[in-house]
Amino acid sequence: MPLELVETWDEFTDQKQYLYTLNFGPQHPATHTTLRLILTLEGEKVVRAVPDIGYLHSGFEKLGEDLNYNQYVTIVDRMNYISPVANEIAWHHVVEKLLGIEITPRCKYIRTILAELARISDHCLNIGTAALDLGAFTPFLYAFYQREQIYDLIQEASGQRFHPSYTRIGGLMYDIRDDWIRMVREFVQTFPKAHSDIHRLLTRNRIFVERTKGIGILPRELAINLGCTGPVARASGVVRDLRKDEPYLAYGELRDTFQVVCATSGDCYARYLVRMEEMLESLKIIHAAIENLPAGPVNIDVETKEVLPPKPDTWRTIEGLIQHFELIMTNRGLETPHEEIYGAIESPNGELGFYIVADGTDRPYRCRTRPPSFVHFAVFPYLAVGHQISDMVAILGSLNIIAAELDR
Amino acid sequence: MLQSMIAGEQLLETLRERTGCPAISFSTFRDNYRILVPREYIYVVLQCLKEGFGFNMLVDITAVDYLYYPDARHRFCVVYCLLNTQTGQRLIVKTFLDEPDLNLPSAFSLWKAADWLEREVYDMFGIIFEGHPDLRRILLPESFADFPLRKDYPLRGRGERHDFPAISRAES
Repeated sequence: MPLELVETWDEFTDQKQYLYTLNFGPQHPATHTTLRLILTLEGEKVVRAVPDIGYLHSGFEKLGEDLNYNQYVTIVDRMNYISPVANEIAWHHVVEKLLGIEITPRCKYIRTILAELARISDHCLNIGTAALDLGAFTPFLYAFYQREQIYDLIQEASGQRFHPSYTRIGGLMYDIRDDWIRMVREFVQTFPKAHSDIHRLLTRNRIFVERTKGIGILPRELAINLGCTGPVARASGVVRDLRKDEPYLAYGELRDTFQVVCATSGDCYARYLVRMEEMLESLKIIHAAIENLPAGPVNIDVETKEVLPPKPDTWRTIEGLIQHFELIMTNRGLETPHEEIYGAIESPNGELGFYIVADGTDRPYRCRTRPPSFVHFAVFPYLAVGHQISDMVAILGSLNIIAAELDR
Repeated sequence: MLQSMIAGEQLLETLRERTGCPAISFSTFRDNYRILVPREYIYVVLQCLKEGFGFNMLVDITAVDYLYYPDARHRFCVVYCLLNTQTGQRLIVKTFLDEPDLNLPSAFSLWKAADWLEREVYDMFGIIFEGHPDLRRILLPESFADFPLRKDYPLRGRGERHDFPAISRAES
């Protein structure tokens, strides 16, 4: 029977008929937390990606307006829960900038060590899970073992593993013990072995390289225009690191001990490499800081009436108790200037900033967080288009989106 | 400090000349440099800062509700944090808004970073950015009626949590 020509319907010839919409998340193993992507697919190729966020929104900024400057540190902890110490340091760094407090050298060094430990732990998790999503299970175990070591260090310093709430205005909850210094030294010695193991498992692994090289390329100009910071921007050739550019804590004194790691290609592989090398630079900072740790008090002078007295003093001396109540009682409390300030630190993920409006009381009138994850996730649609659906996992992993910080 | 004050004055002079707006004022606090711009000129000033002064990165956009702030004369303030990635200079641009007219031109055409940041400000404060390509709520559900970071919104909410429709397994 000869074939007959049939008239085609217009709507069937329409290109859009063949596009397919796929919901990626909110519960997907590769998102690691709750976020959703609406992907428009042409076969396996992504032609449009629309992120949908807000599943973890818990009103942190509104809560901050009801808590005082020391209490809010417990909420800040829970933003980027991969490296909570970095958030605490960022928050109290900005509060101290607002109040004009210069912390003691010992506190600066301890905070620097903690911030760098947080960076290593964050990068370990990011590399471990990014490799896990691409099918490599072993690096994940190596990375998480090192994270356990860092948790042990944080537990030894603060008494809590995950959300230590260790910083206070003008200092720390309490000083570290000498044993901690030995533990940090041990970590500095053992970590390079694990780091080189991960290197050997991934960096020249053919599957890993094929899955990440040339995927999700972020050009330099676009990275700046989209406000990217941290490893994401540095992998695209933006030479910016707040530790060098606007030295805070002890980074000014330690500036010769480390270098800023940059790459130019801006793909997932470059972001992986930047993170890998940054861990070694962090280790150098920790090494230099722990060997040069100054003696002396960890908190500023109690007479300034800005720092809480040590707990034994509060319980055993009348002066300590008075100082304590001067800060804690609702009709007393900290005096702040009628001012607004923006301050930021280089968190593992990028620039973590706070915009604080103070109204004279001991509670912030407004405390805006500038979350790096939020800005980086807005980049996702630009990176996703044109790639296969399986590459979404690689791009998502390389941006290191932490949903609690994304949604706050 | 003194040098940067002079640099600030120079920047202000040039800005006044180029944008034709005499009412721009400059202030510093600690290491922050801030300029206050009337709302009509905000886009021109941002454009001038980007193209003429190399502020090529928009770090943050946020807003403040001054409803209960002592001695405040305006209700809202929108804050732009800018950064020059070449010199590392930062600048904070502020503009005040009052209740009936909460419209501002969108900065999306200058910095793509403004996309989500402006959506968040709209979501939390109800400030409308004209010319934004996709001004929807970002963190809260579309059906949410209030703007929760405004000071007249209670900390515990207005019962949205309890009224949220729960879908049972049979209905889904």
